Amino acid sequence: MMEMTHTISSNDCLMQLFEERREIEDYQKGVPRWCTGCGDNAILTAVQRLCRDEGLLPEKTVFVSGIGCSSRLPHYMNTYGFHGIHGRALPVAEGVKMARPDLSVFVNTGDGDCCSIGAAHWIHAVRYNMDLTMMLHDNQIYGLTKMQASPTSPIGTKSNTTPRGSYLEALNPLTVTLGISNVSFVAQVVDWIPEVLYQVIAAAYRHKGFSFVRIIQRCPEWMPKLMDPWLHDPDRVLLLHHENGVEISSSLARTYTRMEEHDPRNMNRAREIASEYDPIPVGILYRNPDIACYEDLRHDPRLRTNSMVQSGIEAEFDKFTVWPEQHGSTR
Amino acid sequence: MTSNNGMNAAASNGNRNTRPHMRTRISEHIVEIISDSGEGAQKCGQSFGSIVARTGIGVWTVEIIPAEIRPPARSVAGASGNRIRIGTERMTNGGNETDLVVAFNEQVLLGRVRSKELKPGCTILLESMWRDNPDPAVARSYIDTYEHLVAAGYRVYEIPMEAECLKHVSDARKGKNMFALGMLCSIFGLDLQTGRDQIAMTFSKKSAQVIEKNIALLEDGYAWADENLDLKYEIPAERSSVPQIVVNGNTALALGVLASGMEICAMYPITPATSASHYLSDAFEKVGGIVHQAEDEIAACAFAIGASYAGKCTVTITSGPGYSLKQEAIGLAVMGEIPLVVVNVMRGGPSTGQPTKTEQGDLMTTIFGSHGDAPKVVIAPSTIEECFYSVITARKIAETFNMVVVILSDANLATSQQPFTRPDFDVAWLAPPIDQSAIPAGSRPYDWDDRTGLARRFIPGQPGGMHTLTGLAHDENSHVAYDPEINQKGMRARSLKLATLQKTLVPPNVFGPPTGELLVIGWGSSRGAIEEAVESLRQEGKEVSSLNLTFIQPLQPGIKDILSGFKKVITIENNWSDDPGDEMIDENNRRYSALAMLLRSRFLVDIDCWSECRGTPLKPNTVRRVIMEKLG
Repeated sequence: MMEMTHTISSNDCLMQLFEERREIEDYQKGVPRWCTGCGDNAILTAVQRLCRDEGLLPEKTVFVSGIGCSSRLPHYMNTYGFHGIHGRALPVAEGVKMARPDLSVFVNTGDGDCCSIGAAHWIHAVRYNMDLTMMLHDNQIYGLTKMQASPTSPIGTKSNTTPRGSYLEALNPLTVTLGISNVSFVAQVVDWIPEVLYQVIAAAYRHKGFSFVRIIQRCPEWMPKLMDPWLHDPDRVLLLHHENGVEISSSLARTYTRMEEHDPRNMNRAREIASEYDPIPVGILYRNPDIACYEDLRHDPRLRTNSMVQSGIEAEFDKFTVWPEQHGSTR
Repeated sequence: MTSNNGMNAAASNGNRNTRPHMRTRISEHIVEIISDSGEGAQKCGQSFGSIVARTGIGVWTVEIIPAEIRPPARSVAGASGNRIRIGTERMTNGGNETDLVVAFNEQVLLGRVRSKELKPGCTILLESMWRDNPDPAVARSYIDTYEHLVAAGYRVYEIPMEAECLKHVSDARKGKNMFALGMLCSIFGLDLQTGRDQIAMTFSKKSAQVIEKNIALLEDGYAWADENLDLKYEIPAERSSVPQIVVNGNTALALGVLASGMEICAMYPITPATSASHYLSDAFEKVGGIVHQAEDEIAACAFAIGASYAGKCTVTITSGPGYSLKQEAIGLAVMGEIPLVVVNVMRGGPSTGQPTKTEQGDLMTTIFGSHGDAPKVVIAPSTIEECFYSVITARKIAETFNMVVVILSDANLATSQQPFTRPDFDVAWLAPPIDQSAIPAGSRPYDWDDRTGLARRFIPGQPGGMHTLTGLAHDENSHVAYDPEINQKGMRARSLKLATLQKTLVPPNVFGPPTGELLVIGWGSSRGAIEEAVESLRQEGKEVSSLNLTFIQPLQPGIKDILSGFKKVITIENNWSDDPGDEMIDENNRRYSALAMLLRSRFLVDIDCWSECRGTPLKPNTVRRVIMEKLG
């Protein structure tokens, strides 16, 4: 099938979309180098499934990341990818989307990448509300640099830089995001419930605007026991469901009985839910499809032809031109 | 002229002065108009520069900018305004000391006197209202300053500007500048109608009533000076036969961005670069394109990189501190081979330094900045015209070589105006459409050509081109690679592109004979002052030539041959170098200025240097003195 896409023009591509069905393998590349049991694997599987189910053209899809374990994800996608520098995935992705609104752009970032070194960009990305799908791989520890406390590490976390336990309360990415102007999509999932993980990422992708998905994921290397109490006790998970949100299958409902019907339009309740640590809320907290996207606000509907550029430049030159005629300024 | 040099211009008071209007022919003059911030001296100066340019007189204008937005009124450090150098020849720099100043109060004037910007005996047209100020401290200060200046030999004319302006407007702060413009037009014998036309243009966005009032003030200032001042000059000039563009360097850069076909500028506000983005924000609405004001300098650079990666070529415009912040992202663009244009409008450093003042201090950090070996192209425009064309060149190089191209302008160019021939639009300036053709099977995103280092750029949307660009060391497939051979290969390819570009460049032109006693080398905005000094010394029989380098990295070919034609070589720059006369300084520890250091290491020639960091543009007389000392 890949051979075919090499030889057909883009118009043909559009027409063949419905005939072609790509398999998950068509979106896979290489063998992930993450540790066994790492939550990143679950996220990778979910996005590859999403690409297949949404029929995304690999050449029109871009995964942008920063630095950290999470940010290796683009290397395992057979799409375009941009594995940049620490903390700056969001502004890179914004540039991609501004230049090319036709591309589907995903951002994979971690708790250090997003909530620490890149925190300024996180706040402003929410406010720009560009049509990007952002996954915050939150394992609550720095993994790639070998176990230092991150902003989301629970207070008391023993790490290489906090040998007697971390000093500060963990930062709550949900309440922060919900407090930012123009917030349009906020969700939280856990890596050990793949059904909801997939549904939420799919909803985030379909949301027109900046979708912020915090994924609580396990780090078997540095924080092996951290999530065990929640993992082993389904009652410590609160499933959020709604006809406009996540739909809970009957099999899932048998395991996770603690549920709340939550309308993602309800910001006040979303903020209350976001403050909960235990049980962990899982699902879509907030969604508002009516907020304008920055790339649309800045979009120029005119076709930028050479003649338009030329006449624009000549008009600008005119403003500053001194003509040879004595009183020629009115030309 | 009264005996004590103090000119009470209004002394004749109603007596129509019947002196014949004999005009003194002069070849050049430097005029300043200074006021408190907000009194419009800059607008007056710019308008005067434009009127002068319309007559064919050569002109170079420089903004005088206080460091604060609203410095206290009547403060020595608060002078805001313009310096306009006019003359028969084409003006290439701001020149030496000022011949004539119009000052709206004595305090801003004192600031200029203390910084030694005024020529001894220079003519001063001083607002006289302060003499009768109800606050005795103000009146005392005025009278003291006046007497001090007269005693120091300045020709001071007291002008009742306020009183004259109040005939037309209720707030003289909103009109004095046009009255002053009228006086200047009279003094230099400029056509009043040209002045009226200029006012109509300057205030084109304002109502007809505003324009009328300003024209009335202009006419009043003109008539008043005609009758009451004995200052009548004439600068012979030939009107240019081709249309000229009159803009400052930042506007020229922004026009260059439009002409280069770039559609996205990502920036963060910083002095003295921001005015380029101000202008661009407006102009892009006509041409199509956006200025994205990012949340910080790093985001601006990363945004530009993202947009470039997605197929556009983008520009980010900044100044020194912002450039420092962008360094890591610039390294990413180098590593990923993403075309990117970065403009650094240099200001005084280090740290916050002198935000509104000029310096050429960022050459080394531009060439060597970003950790590891991060080869990038560095070009330095030396005239307002080059500010325009350098952006077009930069975009082309960036996309041809998939490289970062840095344009080094500075506060001097940014705020100076100099007319240049209106460019003829060329469709070849513009960027080609984004390539969305399929990538042939077997092609790799970094198929580095063994000879040139070049590889085809893969752009998202191109079927078959899928890969993950990474800032990590990578192989031809863009796969992360820690193999020693692969890293060596990638480093070689990125470096080779500079050599390949260098092979396409032509040798620079020597200003003056190709052999002689001394060669002066400079770069960027100091070119005008250097060439003026060299020219004048050559007319006095000195064997001195100069060389301006536009490409700093890679250097143009042929420089070694040029050096060999001279007995001595010195660089003259506006940045730091140790003074060999200082007690602690010797040949083992002397720190050379940036260009000297580069050229010494490149050519193994004992190139001397002279530089200063005063925050002001180099003056031709300073350069003359340095050259004379070097010639011995």
